Amino acid sequence: MDLNLTPSEREFRDEFRAWLGENVPAEWAGGGGGSEDRAEYIEYLRAWQRKLYDGGWAGISWPKEFGGRGATLLEQAIFQEELARANAPQLVGTIGLSLVGPTIIALGTEGQKARHLPQILSGDEIWCQGFSEPNAGSDLAALGTKAARDGEDFIINGQKIWTSFAQMADWCLLLVRTDAEAPKHKGITCLLADMHAAGVTVRPLRQMSGDSGFNEVFFSDVRIGPSQVLGEVNKGWTTAITALMNERANLGTGIQVVFKRQLEALIARSKTVERDGRPASEDPLVRQKLAQAYLELEILRLNTNRALTSLSKAGAPGAEGSIQKLYWSEMNQRTQQYAQEILGPYGQLKEFDKGAWEYAYLRTRGNTIEAGTSEIQRNIIAERVLGLPKSY
Amino acid sequence: MDFDLSKPQKLLKESARALLARECGAGRVRELMETETAHDEGLWRALAEQGWTGLLVPEAQGGLGLGLVEMAAVAEEMGRACLPGAFLSTLFAAALVERAGSAEQRAKYLEPIAAGELKATVALLEESASWDADALKLEASRGGGGFNLKGRKLFVPDAGVADVLVCVARDGDSLVLLPVARGAEGVTVKPMPSMDATRKLYEVRFEGVSVAESYVLGADGDARGALQGASEVATAVLCAEMVGGMQWVLDTTVEYAKTRQQFGRPVGSFQAVQHMCADMLLMTESARSAAYYAAWALTERDPSARAAVSVAKAYCSDAYREVANRGVQVHGGIGFTWEHDLQLYYKRSKSSETLFGDATFHRERIARLVMSDE
Ligand SMILES: Cc1cc2nc3c(=O)[nH]c(=O)nc-3n(C[C@H](O)[C@H](O)[C@H](O)COP(=O)(O)OP(=O)(O)OC[C@H]3O[C@@H](n4cnc5c(N)ncnc54)[C@H](O)[C@@H]3O)c2cc1C
Repeated sequence: MDLNLTPSEREFRDEFRAWLGENVPAEWAGGGGGSEDRAEYIEYLRAWQRKLYDGGWAGISWPKEFGGRGATLLEQAIFQEELARANAPQLVGTIGLSLVGPTIIALGTEGQKARHLPQILSGDEIWCQGFSEPNAGSDLAALGTKAARDGEDFIINGQKIWTSFAQMADWCLLLVRTDAEAPKHKGITCLLADMHAAGVTVRPLRQMSGDSGFNEVFFSDVRIGPSQVLGEVNKGWTTAITALMNERANLGTGIQVVFKRQLEALIARSKTVERDGRPASEDPLVRQKLAQAYLELEILRLNTNRALTSLSKAGAPGAEGSIQKLYWSEMNQRTQQYAQEILGPYGQLKEFDKGAWEYAYLRTRGNTIEAGTSEIQRNIIAERVLGLPKSY
Repeated sequence: MDFDLSKPQKLLKESARALLARECGAGRVRELMETETAHDEGLWRALAEQGWTGLLVPEAQGGLGLGLVEMAAVAEEMGRACLPGAFLSTLFAAALVERAGSAEQRAKYLEPIAAGELKATVALLEESASWDADALKLEASRGGGGFNLKGRKLFVPDAGVADVLVCVARDGDSLVLLPVARGAEGVTVKPMPSMDATRKLYEVRFEGVSVAESYVLGADGDARGALQGASEVATAVLCAEMVGGMQWVLDTTVEYAKTRQQFGRPVGSFQAVQHMCADMLLMTESARSAAYYAAWALTERDPSARAAVSVAKAYCSDAYREVANRGVQVHGGIGFTWEHDLQLYYKRSKSSETLFGDATFHRERIARLVMSDE
């Protein structure tokens, strides 16, 4: 056991730290409210990703031949820690970078790789994930969006829901049913769908946080050619699992950047809001809550480092992803509740700190639902890690 | 970076598990908890023969001179076995001597400790039951070329079997560390029967006990620093021990959930049960990350070490209790019996929760460390 960085890890860190020192936009001060649908904000983040790309710092985990750096898992964690340390903006094309890209690298054709990978890295192509449907959420394999064959082509009809970033996305990783007769896991195909194609309609759904992070997406006679199949026809479940494993396998390293910044802001705020005529930061109960938030975040960091070590020895992502997802999503909800308790009615104001606390509290409510609910994660841990008998 | 035990560390852990399974099965634990001190000379010898009583003791004093990560690996197995007796108390006292003692004093205490010939404990808590050194009141009065002790200490672990009690007392604004033989004139040791009978607590009374100047530890004036350093070491080791206890509860509970049948199927197929088990795993693994990080950070003298110890103890205190709670719940009625070994761990989780400061105490320490403006 040695938690010190190796010389090459240190070199990597120093190089990125130096780059960030020169390139993090000076006006960036944590992003304020940070709601997800502000076009301007997105354009800003796109420009930031472009800058990272030009510097060779986008998609660092990808193999060199596809424009990445072939960074080790630990280097990816260092990358995230350095982003946090430098107070840098997050990356906008996360679905492309962490979910679609690795799946194309694993299962895509040469043509698909050449067409999409560079664009994902540069932020020129924003992707969304068209998995969930009104009647297929946790039971994703029950999805019914229909793909009928017309010669070589597929004609798509159906609806997706809760599709984050669809309103700005250029492409969609789409799951469709190609064989209605086969058992449910065996009739699914994964397609790379052009969101600008005729017959695609996006209708933003308003989240409880007030913004439109996710959408309904309707497909009406949308034609998609055979070169757009990712993986094999009727083997889309394998593709979907590869994508979901990659989604969870980033192990929350990216999101820690945001958590750390929020906690620092909360500690600073606790010194300015009052409790019984004193700064809240002097109140023993407030101190208990801040310390609990601190220690839970610290444990997320440590769990991540352990998971990264075991992943880099084992290779493919496994159930670690479920443990991490369960932990960070529930931790984040507790922390935002502490923030509300500490800030009192200020925490609910839309103009206090640009509404950051009000927004964060509401947005975190979705954390235990998106990317697999906490119940589903617990099922996975119980059955795949602990080996308990299946419940259904 | 490699956050995993090395091969030799894993081997050490495995051999600890094997030895403790042999020498300290649940039956033996139950026998010992019924005795007055929970100490067994044969078991102690077995630990000493492995070198564990001197695992952290420098080689110069006859120890193995290993680091805290190795100690944590062994302690985890001790916690899994619910090892009774004075191991942790002796480790705490040894860490104190190592930090505060002169070369002569270190030789005097550490050599026999490493050899398994001396057991010790630290007499710290008083009526306030506070782990904060500033809360100590017992005053050591100067006189006769040394100090005089009059007063009492409470909740002193293993005082009934320790050969030496290191009493932490006040000397004006500073602290003094006074080693006193259990059998010395004026010392009375009285049991304070408590929930966890595997780790016995005592009241220790000092009635005009005199300690010669040459015996006093930390004569160079940094008794407070030594106490803090030794407490951090003992706390990190306790956390590792707690992880081992959690792992036992988790393993035992999952095994039971796979075999116990109700409604014609294993209870482990019910989601309410599965989800409790999943949470137990999450807490156990999180506690493990925190405990080993604290052990590593202390060994490396990492600047984060102090906070890391409090993070670990605050988390482990809550997590062990919660894991034990769910463990009993999943077992149903059998889990509530005296017969089932869960009771040993349920109680150990409670006594460990308060030992060296509970979660509330350590969260305040964290707050002081991370909220200061420096
Ligand atoms: C903010 C946000 C962003 C999202 N973004 C996307 C996206 O970009 N792309 C996409 O495809 N989807 C996205 N989703 C959808 C998300 O993946 C689903 O909401 C989620 O999988 C749950 O499905 P559901 O909403 O249909 O709930 P249901 O599956 O109907 O679940 C309802 C309740 O039943 C429980 N439940 C269901 N099955 C089980 C079971 N087997 N055992 C125990 N409990 C069970 C659930 O845990 C939940 O509490 C997003 C969701 C949110 C909230």
